[in-house]
Amino acid sequence: MTAVYDWDETRGAEIIAEHAGQEGATLVILHALQEAFGHVPQAAIPMVAKALNLSRAEVHGVFTFYHDFRHKPAGRHVLKLCRAEACQAAGGDALAARAEARLGVSLGNTTADDRVTLEPIYCLGLCATAPSAMLDGRLIGRLDQKRLDALIAEARR
Amino acid sequence: MSIRLYVSRDAGAVSVGADEVALALEQAAAKLGVAVEIVRTGSRGLYWLEPLVEVATPQGRIAFGPVTETDVPSLLDALANNTPHLLRLGATDEIPWLKRQTRLTFARCGVIDPRSLDDYRAHGGYKGLERALSLGSDAILSEVTASGLRGRGGAGFPTGIKWKTVAQAKAERKFIVCNADEGDSGTFADRMIMEGDPFLVIEGMTIAGLTVGATKGYIYIRSEYPHAVEAMNAAIQAAKRGGYLGDKIGGSAYSFDLEVRVGAGAYVCGEETSLLESLEGRRGIVRAKPPLPAHHGLFGKPTVINNVLSFAAIPFILAEGAKAYADFGMGRSRGTMPIQLAGNIRYGGLFETAFGVTLGELVDDIGGGTFTGRPVRAVQVGGPLGAYFPRALFDTPFDYEAFAARDGLIGHGGIVVFDDSVDMRRQARFAMEFCAIESCGKCTPCRIGSTRGVETIEKIIKGERVSENLALVEDLCNTMKFGSLCALGGFTPYPVLSALEHFREDFAPVPTTLQAAE
Repeated sequence: MTAVYDWDETRGAEIIAEHAGQEGATLVILHALQEAFGHVPQAAIPMVAKALNLSRAEVHGVFTFYHDFRHKPAGRHVLKLCRAEACQAAGGDALAARAEARLGVSLGNTTADDRVTLEPIYCLGLCATAPSAMLDGRLIGRLDQKRLDALIAEARR
Repeated sequence: MSIRLYVSRDAGAVSVGADEVALALEQAAAKLGVAVEIVRTGSRGLYWLEPLVEVATPQGRIAFGPVTETDVPSLLDALANNTPHLLRLGATDEIPWLKRQTRLTFARCGVIDPRSLDDYRAHGGYKGLERALSLGSDAILSEVTASGLRGRGGAGFPTGIKWKTVAQAKAERKFIVCNADEGDSGTFADRMIMEGDPFLVIEGMTIAGLTVGATKGYIYIRSEYPHAVEAMNAAIQAAKRGGYLGDKIGGSAYSFDLEVRVGAGAYVCGEETSLLESLEGRRGIVRAKPPLPAHHGLFGKPTVINNVLSFAAIPFILAEGAKAYADFGMGRSRGTMPIQLAGNIRYGGLFETAFGVTLGELVDDIGGGTFTGRPVRAVQVGGPLGAYFPRALFDTPFDYEAFAARDGLIGHGGIVVFDDSVDMRRQARFAMEFCAIESCGKCTPCRIGSTRGVETIEKIIKGERVSENLALVEDLCNTMKFGSLCALGGFTPYPVLSALEHFREDFAPVPTTLQAAE
């Protein structure tokens, strides 16, 4: 679990200034903002636009195009299950259904207590040790019911 | 005497416990008073044996695997006292699965410490660049062209021609871009080489820069690969410190610098023009071609954009000569291909071999069939945009043209195996769904066609007017195939149509009498 801080305009401005000089900096800045705040705060969008001499619409367009960027923080833990073909072939469908049932949310959603965000991911490159998952950045291969249940229990704590 | 052990730090090995095993080895050694040195390497690519532990002996490395934390005390005991152990696999190089391969690109992967420039050099690294510096641009282009190397990302475009186009372009700035947005399910060769031999990618890109006159390169790595990002960044820093990046590379008059950029979860950014847009900080919307990136690429400048494996093949070609590479392969597919065996497979991993090996050999013989032990029913070759092949086509040789002749593609060399429990209607539906999720939205056949495809296949699954809807899906596939701007919309029909053609029984309409009886 990564530390998430509330939006802080001064800190946001520092982050933007730190990267604004790079060529094609938009994604770099959005990544850095999300790293710091757990999401890309709406208030940061016009600041990024100004720093890069772009319109708000352009920056908003970039922000919404990419699956990674969040408009609000995820739950305390993020459990990603690979839903691509190699993991499907190795029993991933049943595991995804099990995770949804256990957590009471469908893929792409966060539990009501904000503890766990369950997300699909399309390939972690662990296709020879499928099915695979990622819990808060930690990789898990050869996922089975037992290991999945342990991950869910860990994430719920 | 200290025991030297090798444990992989590759994400695939780590996902099945390599870090825990390395830690347990350290702790157990301290407890037993045995001196050990643990080198964290890349992976050998024999994933069913991960975590693999190797020990250095005067006769070469001896492998043990798959090792779990609980095996560690007995393993250390066996190593310290030179006694037998159940997990002993013998000399690593003699493991048949590894010995059968032709490792030109992956020769060092799993062998060296990927954080060590010295280790890279001690194992033949930077010999390609040294020769390239002595040859000069024209002679390098001749070598690359003569090697027959074709783009390993999937399109198979001759690398020499691409480089020559950029070399001949006149511009004040040119760029080298490495496409490390390896999004295809069933592929992990880019990830493995970036984590296991990152200097190789740097060397290949440096040679490309030298050849075409570019002084700046970008490696665009997908965000799903944090270990690869870390490994490449560490290697870039080490190469800079060692004088292999920056000004006056290797004492020459030539400069080249590299930077890693991280994607943000868009599959379409693996398409080269979309990737360039993303690198420029924009939405990953595909560009119409022409103009080609070679003329009008990153920031509008002439750009060499190649896949990780294409750049990684270059140092061997320069060090050993074009002929040494071109001697492998068949037809117009020269050299070797790092093939990735994945999904429901017994012996999954990376198998680098000359083009020409058949699909059946790869799946049944080398891959050992399914992990579940059930019969192999379908294999998808070349990622989410690749065709599903039935057993009847297992005689297809691994070759760009041979796969194209059977309405398939080798793509980035991934093979995903499915057993007989697979429902091909669901796989066809997923192909359309994935395209709908990942479409950049620029062209209509892809953006709307994929969504209509999902809806129509769902109707087929429900048994609604099956034959009419099947005809509709086929028609839609043709529209997408010929009307889409890039390979996402253009190739999504491959898995769909191949499922329809080779697994028609799965799409058979439910007999009406049965429906009435229910």
